Amino acid sequence: MSAAPAYSEDKGGSAGPGEPEYGHDPASGGIFSSDYKRHDDLKEMLDTNKDSLKLEAMKRIVAMIARGKNASDLFPAVVKNVACKNIEVKKLVYVYLVRYAEEQQDLALLSISTFQRGLKDPNQLIRASALRVLSSIRVPIIVPIMMLAIKEAASDMSPYVRKTAAHAIPKLYSLDSDQKDQLIEVIEKLLADKTTLVAGSVVMAFEEVCPERIDLIHKNYRKLCNLLIDVEEWGQVVIISMLTRYARTQFLSPTQNESLLEENAEKAFYGSEEDEAKGAGSEETAAAALPARKPYVMDPDHRLLLRNTKPLLQSRSAAVVMAVAQLYFHLAPKAEVGVIAKALVRLLRSHSEVQYVVLQNVATMSIKRRGMFEPYLKSFYIRSTDPTQIKILKLEVLTNLANETNIPTVLREFQTYIRSMDKDFVAATIQAIGRCATNIGRVRDTCLNGLVQLLSNRDELVVAESVVVIKKLLQMQPAQHGEIIKHLAKLTDNIQVPMARASILWLIGEYCEHVPRIAPDVLRKMAKSFTAEEDIVKLQVINLAAKLYLTNSKQTKLLTQYVLSLAKYDQNYDIRDRARFTRQLIVPSEQGGALSRHAKKLFLAPKPAPVLESSFKDRDHFQLGSLSHLLNAKATGYQELPDWPEEAPDPSVRNVEVPEWTKCSNREKRKEKEKPFYSDSEGESGPTESADSDPESESESDSKSSSESGSGESSSESDNEDQDEDEEKGRGSESEQSEEDDKRKTKKKVPEGKGEASSSDEGSDSSSSSSESEMTSESEEEQLEPASWRRKTPPSSKSAPATKEISLLDLEDFTPPSVQPVSPPAIVSTSLAADLEGLTLTDSTLVPSLLSPVSGIGRQELLHRVAGEGLAVDYTFSRQPFSGDPHMVSVHIHFSNSSDTPIKGLHVGTPKLPAGISIQEFPEIESLAPGESATAVMGINFCDSTQAANFQLCTQTRQFYVSIQPPVGELMAPVFMSENEFKKEQGLQGGH
Amino acid sequence: MRNAVRRVLQFFRREKMIHSLFLINCSGDIFLEKHWKSVVSQSVCDYFFEAQEKAADVENVPPVISTPHHYLISIYRDKLFFVSVIQTEVPPLFVIEFLHRVADTFQDYFGECSEAAIKDNVVIVYELLEEMLDNGFPLATESNILKELIKPPTILRSVVNSITGSSNVGDTLPTGQLSNIPWRRAGVKYTNNEAYFDVVEEIDAIIDKSGSTVFAEIQGVIDACIKLSGMPDLSLSFMNPRLLDDVSFHPCIRFKRWESERVLSFIPPDGNFRLISYRVSSQNLVAIPVYVKHSISFKENSSCGRFDITIGPKQNMGKTIEGITVTVHMPKVVLNMNLTPTQGSYTFDPVTKVLTWDVGKITPQKLPSLKGLVNLQSGAPKPEENPSLNIQFKIQQLAISGLKVNRLDMYGEKYKPFKGVKYVTKAGKFQVRT
Repeated sequence: MSAAPAYSEDKGGSAGPGEPEYGHDPASGGIFSSDYKRHDDLKEMLDTNKDSLKLEAMKRIVAMIARGKNASDLFPAVVKNVACKNIEVKKLVYVYLVRYAEEQQDLALLSISTFQRGLKDPNQLIRASALRVLSSIRVPIIVPIMMLAIKEAASDMSPYVRKTAAHAIPKLYSLDSDQKDQLIEVIEKLLADKTTLVAGSVVMAFEEVCPERIDLIHKNYRKLCNLLIDVEEWGQVVIISMLTRYARTQFLSPTQNESLLEENAEKAFYGSEEDEAKGAGSEETAAAALPARKPYVMDPDHRLLLRNTKPLLQSRSAAVVMAVAQLYFHLAPKAEVGVIAKALVRLLRSHSEVQYVVLQNVATMSIKRRGMFEPYLKSFYIRSTDPTQIKILKLEVLTNLANETNIPTVLREFQTYIRSMDKDFVAATIQAIGRCATNIGRVRDTCLNGLVQLLSNRDELVVAESVVVIKKLLQMQPAQHGEIIKHLAKLTDNIQVPMARASILWLIGEYCEHVPRIAPDVLRKMAKSFTAEEDIVKLQVINLAAKLYLTNSKQTKLLTQYVLSLAKYDQNYDIRDRARFTRQLIVPSEQGGALSRHAKKLFLAPKPAPVLESSFKDRDHFQLGSLSHLLNAKATGYQELPDWPEEAPDPSVRNVEVPEWTKCSNREKRKEKEKPFYSDSEGESGPTESADSDPESESESDSKSSSESGSGESSSESDNEDQDEDEEKGRGSESEQSEEDDKRKTKKKVPEGKGEASSSDEGSDSSSSSSESEMTSESEEEQLEPASWRRKTPPSSKSAPATKEISLLDLEDFTPPSVQPVSPPAIVSTSLAADLEGLTLTDSTLVPSLLSPVSGIGRQELLHRVAGEGLAVDYTFSRQPFSGDPHMVSVHIHFSNSSDTPIKGLHVGTPKLPAGISIQEFPEIESLAPGESATAVMGINFCDSTQAANFQLCTQTRQFYVSIQPPVGELMAPVFMSENEFKKEQGLQGGH
Repeated sequence: MRNAVRRVLQFFRREKMIHSLFLINCSGDIFLEKHWKSVVSQSVCDYFFEAQEKAADVENVPPVISTPHHYLISIYRDKLFFVSVIQTEVPPLFVIEFLHRVADTFQDYFGECSEAAIKDNVVIVYELLEEMLDNGFPLATESNILKELIKPPTILRSVVNSITGSSNVGDTLPTGQLSNIPWRRAGVKYTNNEAYFDVVEEIDAIIDKSGSTVFAEIQGVIDACIKLSGMPDLSLSFMNPRLLDDVSFHPCIRFKRWESERVLSFIPPDGNFRLISYRVSSQNLVAIPVYVKHSISFKENSSCGRFDITIGPKQNMGKTIEGITVTVHMPKVVLNMNLTPTQGSYTFDPVTKVLTWDVGKITPQKLPSLKGLVNLQSGAPKPEENPSLNIQFKIQQLAISGLKVNRLDMYGEKYKPFKGVKYVTKAGKFQVRT
């Protein structure tokens, strides 16, 4: 079996229509069998000069990869062809390279120079594809090259290349997470990009690399909202879910003041600017004074988000619709959530997988907001052809939606379902009936009668399920139902399902006074078959025996003793335990009379009826639409949806400002540009992109014509001009309109004079109004306040350290010197209060309130004001997960300046850390005026040890060595679990 | 403390989005795998097979499966499982939607989405998957763009390719991704310019035993086939747009225009695509075009039963109802059926217990019926439930909701296109309970 015949045959075979899979040929199969010559023919083909042969070889290789066969030994032969002129060969080589480069790193390096050359190509598509492949080769040694390439591509002329750069960011990050800081810079730059092409990809990168840096979003928030409708579908999903999180940290809960909202909603977004402007300045004090009284006014930005996402409910993509639905569910005022129901119901006509996911979410929503889906009740009716898992979910929704008025129809439906051939579904229906009966008192008897009829069903599973449900229902009003209990007692002869038997026995025991005649007889029968029963039944037999002994000892004394003796020697220790325990309780003995006197009270105490609840009840603490919600368990990488802040963070951070100095020099220019800027956001082709292709340039001219109303520079078909206008405007006009709103707002705002906003004339008016307009070159300067969202804006009070009970133990490392004059002590008390206030503010913005609230109790001193030359630093463990990295403990650092000069440039200096410990620094605090205090959050990964984290705290002039040593208790991560889950866990631990 | 330790130990970089894709056929062979990041072993699919076994029925395999290190999200399409491997939190619908988009693309390229088609075109499949997803995040999913990047196979092309040595990868680079009309390719040229629209309405209904309607609703779609040169800008208006209660749009449609004027205005993609899908408000009474008389009974303690159904027209707006098919899932105890149709032909599959009656057209003079005996397994108890009847039918040239296209205008190009609208009404999920 030499290679030659196979080779020629392959050539012949290539004439066949689309037959790349030669692996199946008998000839090539033979080649595989001869180990040494394996793939020799392929190598030969790859070494020829003929493109067609190379292509053929590559096709076969790719077919091998597709089937999961190992083709790594061909690496040297393949990699040579990376510079091949033939574009298809090249593509397939790329496929190969990306697959195997990780395994053959040294050889892969040979290809790098080709890509580097590609990065400089004049054609944007070649640049993009070179970057794509380069960043997909997972070879750590080229990290610097990748970094460089990404940085360069991020400022490429072509939005397509910039998009590719955004895609490359997570790839590099997963290869080497040390590059995070540099990557964040790139992300920041790309976030400022105003083309729709880039937006989705960069937000994806943001979510993967630095989801905790919400501050990067502020300036881009409005732009993202406005671009959203034109972003491609996948990007929309990512952006919407990111904005959901953002909104939860930045805006107030719209539900907190429902009634006031109704009147204010409209005003809120046209006329409330005065409030806004005032609010920015006086909010702090006002809110502190009467936090609850302040009427809720929706932040215009919050409104913008809701308004701009709403049209996406009509997207063809189920993922987008779901994303918007969850956004509305989590962010919209109650009155507005209803709009999502229609769209979600529409998705029920889609593929069954989509139905499955949507129904899970609907089930959760329908518990909280039943009214929303009530009009669509019939859409959840079940067809016999639905898959069982869909049927059961629909049933869940129907049950949740059942109420006094629609219960007759629902029950009639259920009646049809009970006769279904699908027994799992029938069982679920019976449970559903039970739930309806408990929730709606009016129909309880009807349901009970229906269920009793089912007891004569032929299918044992149906009977068993009915028994279990009947038991639960009977507990609610046992007195009237002696007959049913008798009926059930008769069933013990026939029914074999353990759960059902156990339920019957329990019922008889519990209500033995209603069936005094039958009960002892049942016990007799059960005693006979005791050894053959399942454990769960045995326990109930003991239970029944005990209860009968207490009520009717004359008849049952011997029986009980017999049962207890049997149980004493049972294999299962639970049963032995129970027997021993019961005997001690009920049989009077010499010493332990005290307990047995109360035995009756113990056993026959009235028991509360069980509550039948939906299994979806607690699910809404997971973000809807998420994987975690679907699994009802925290998935890896799930980010908790933050709780609403109690006080809104400063809304002005989203205003887009232009630094003073650029404004002066550029004013003239900008005025000219102003209009194109607006149309840019619609037409999305920025002025920086030279016309790369026809449609683009055309569209650009279109958008100009739309904004400059008949500048006449565009198309010759003048009669069509209006239409052209619409072409661009149509889809974009959504955003345009909102922009106009913004414009109007800021126009009003200007005379008001808005707090710290430095702008004062129309030039800035336009720039601050539309966030997208001026995000070009000044992005660096604009980020003056990198992390102000988590840093509390300093309260008005002066400051001083709170001298604390903690000793200077923590300051051991600290070497330095001189003592500053101590500031007046009178200030202390106020500042502490202010600090605490600030503390709660920050906390609530960050994390769910259900976690233990932070108080000042755990506050410890990091740097004494004397040692710190007037800078006092305290820290507390906030006992909340650090938003950036789940393994970090979040530590709140409180700075107060008690000196009389401002302290500048507070930041963490080069930490010297023990192995494993890492620090997420807090953002630099530029300046801390005398008497002021500030709070910052940093994350420390203590690596689960109690080693101290030592680091430097630097100001512009000084460095202080400080260390934080965690108490053991602070290393634990809080876990949210519902009551049920907790009970379950408890049960597990209590076990054996 | 313990928990925290464990969490730290477990920690290593997890990547978001779609990690790998496996295609599995009905007999459980993994016949294609594609990894967008580092390679995940095939053995991860064992969890899937386990779930599949537990589910018994292919339709009941849960779409999301959690395994110790990964999450598997799968769809079932055309007898194939598309199983994707995920490592971290990601909206499940995002992945499901994407997988369906992949299947749609295969369908579009190869005419069918089957194991044979995929195996025959494995290189194209691989190239497509490569373009559709970059590092697990969707890149190019629009069919217009993909077709520019990778030409679909045709017999003619593969013959030409094999002679000239050229390939089916486009050598001109795609322009659609670069423009702000990402769904349309540039430089489209046709000698005959045509634009056709199919208004397809489906009636979803549940009819109860007595013949009264429990639930009925009209779901419609407008599918377009547009072959127009250049960059045409179309606007389509309806006589009665208020009928449409809930609409979902192709991304090309300008939402604002619809909101304000109820006109569909768009620059279409080239070729076939779904323009909108809509639901007609459930407040309107839905005309049910057929009725079924049925009498199905199983006798107690006897091994046979009787089966008798008749179909008749009702509210059909004077149009012929055609393409009628009745499908019935009979109970498990049914062994065989001996029936006589007055029209059409029937089959009964004793393994799956599915009865299919292909009726054809209804002629009101003589209503089609199917009568006969049902053989039951002897000794087994009689089935409690009568099976429900699933009915398919088709009515040409009728949109049952009454929706009418008013006019189609084209702007932006000079030529005169051929225009056409076709209406058809079909049964959707149309079920009669007996």
